Amino acid sequence: MGRLLALILAAATVVLIVMGTVWPIPSAAAYAGITGPNTSYSTSTPEGAVDDLAHTIGQQNWGRAYSLLNNKSEFTQQQFINDIRGSYPGLRTYATLDTYEAQPLRATDNQAEVRLRLRWSTVVGTFLDTRDVQVVRNGDGWSPVWPLVKEQRVPPQVIPVNYLRWDVIYRGPGDDWGAQDVEAPHIRIVDMRPVQRAAGVAVLGEVLNEDVVPAFVSVKASLLRKDGSTIATEEAFDQISHLLLPKQVTPFLIMFPNAELSDVDSIHMDPTSNLIAASADPVVEIQNQKLSPAPYSVFSGDLSNQSGQIVNIAHVLATFYDQSGQLVWVGDQYIDRALQPQIPVPFSIPVPEDLARKVSSERAVVATYSNAAFQ
Amino acid sequence: MIRIACIFACILSATALPAPGQDASLDVPKSVVAGTAFSIPAAGSGKATLYIAGPDGVLKRDVQLGQPIAIAASELDDAGHYIAVLASNSSSQTAQFDVIAANQPASISFLARPSRLPVDLQNGITGAVYVFDSYGNLITSPVPVNFELSVASAPAQTRTVVTNLGAAWTGMNSATKEGNAKFMAQAGNVSATRVIEQVPGEPCGLKMSAQKVGDKLNLVTDPLRDCGGNAVSDGTIVTFTETWGGGQTTVDVPLKRDIAQAEVPAHMGARLSVATGVVMGNEIRWEGKE
Repeated sequence: MGRLLALILAAATVVLIVMGTVWPIPSAAAYAGITGPNTSYSTSTPEGAVDDLAHTIGQQNWGRAYSLLNNKSEFTQQQFINDIRGSYPGLRTYATLDTYEAQPLRATDNQAEVRLRLRWSTVVGTFLDTRDVQVVRNGDGWSPVWPLVKEQRVPPQVIPVNYLRWDVIYRGPGDDWGAQDVEAPHIRIVDMRPVQRAAGVAVLGEVLNEDVVPAFVSVKASLLRKDGSTIATEEAFDQISHLLLPKQVTPFLIMFPNAELSDVDSIHMDPTSNLIAASADPVVEIQNQKLSPAPYSVFSGDLSNQSGQIVNIAHVLATFYDQSGQLVWVGDQYIDRALQPQIPVPFSIPVPEDLARKVSSERAVVATYSNAAFQ
Repeated sequence: MIRIACIFACILSATALPAPGQDASLDVPKSVVAGTAFSIPAAGSGKATLYIAGPDGVLKRDVQLGQPIAIAASELDDAGHYIAVLASNSSSQTAQFDVIAANQPASISFLARPSRLPVDLQNGITGAVYVFDSYGNLITSPVPVNFELSVASAPAQTRTVVTNLGAAWTGMNSATKEGNAKFMAQAGNVSATRVIEQVPGEPCGLKMSAQKVGDKLNLVTDPLRDCGGNAVSDGTIVTFTETWGGGQTTVDVPLKRDIAQAEVPAHMGARLSVATGVVMGNEIRWEGKE
């Protein structure tokens, strides 16, 4: 019986491999390199027309992608590109299309609607761009109507900013060995808690810069066994706001994949700080923060850039507390579009269902990266 | 290095195995101040070779016996224990002596820590001094060192500490008023100064007020001070939070000219709070006027 089942499974696997190779789904074929770069998809169906568009977008062949659209007259090619890649440099600008899915929603003889999910990959993970694309019959074929989301633009103006800035002069190589260097900022871990998750152990916490100067902070943690030996050492990496201005608090999350909390006797925390030159600008307000109830709990809100400087990449970190004020979870999200002054940009951070039920309050901070800051 | 080791070995073997008829002892002062001139009487006649081995190498010189051997100033300037060997064809003479640091300080190394600390901290500032002569030798004999911590607004704190084996250290209190303090250490005529930044402590009595401007609320803190009345440093982050039935708005703003200011949407019945670091301020329930 067992042998028969094994034979059936093996035969079914071979059949599925052959079917997948001979008749692959378009997105899989494109990204497996089975189809050539200039392959045209059949536009005889609404789904095929959207597949063709998505594939062309993935190749960043903007001229062809624009030419496939039925509503070209409503916007320019540049506006189409800006819609997908952003008008100002941001995560979208440097993203590459990882996969896409075209799901038919409804169809008539002359019109159809297809939900297109574009999954973009960036250095900090993937983000999803979902568009409901209308597709209209065009002679023998179908052509998509791109649902362009016109990006709001700030009118040309001068925004006066008298922001604070810290510059640092470090000890020079010719100085006497006894000459003092500038002191590293004093930081403190004000809260820390390990949590067991399916993926491993997560160490959550908060760090406070208790000094009067900006600090570049990082937090490392080591899980220790009863005999004092180290199970693993990990760093918060990007799940922390590394730049802390005076009296600012950041949450952090350190993941230990495949670790078991039951094996852990103690945790050694190693926070480090360095004095860095920094600016107090830009200030980002987090408006309309809401936590939707479990299940499918999401912490959402809008980011509003209060300064005159474009924020190219914004990273929202949210800390969730229970009724007693104890840490429950730390979540984060990168915003894929640049933040223009005064134009709110939404964010949403999913909260694991089992933890969401315990959440009583939350707190969010924003870490920002601006090209202008490096000029 | 190998060469020095070989020379040392030769000298030691010469010392350990004297030739027959040797005059065992060379008349050298027991201690010599680094960098000073001295002479070594050399009895006998004929030619000989003088070796002086010390911590920084070996001095070799051909000499004429019967005349004093002059060691010029600056020829031996590294403090430490030395061995002198005068070797001729028929005999060898040896002596051991110390070169000691001069008592007059010529330079000091002054370590002041930390470079920045909160006001009103007992023994929060430490200063350590190492005293050296003009050849960079640590002066191990006792030398009085004066420490002085001065700020503009208060009398200077002074301490005198005598060095122990070349080092002296002390602790000082930070002042109650913020500002830079000059921390000076002086040994003999030599001094070194460090700057200690005394910064305000934790904010005390954080208070804000709210005023409606259009459809927004303008939240402004009172000038922020620590418990000693010092203005909290500009750039300190103040967090304003507005919580209402439908959600929450937070904004982290830096203190500018002692106050922090932010605009949030005006929601009737909203609870407004303010905090900086782990210090909470007052709360306001927005009912339409403040």
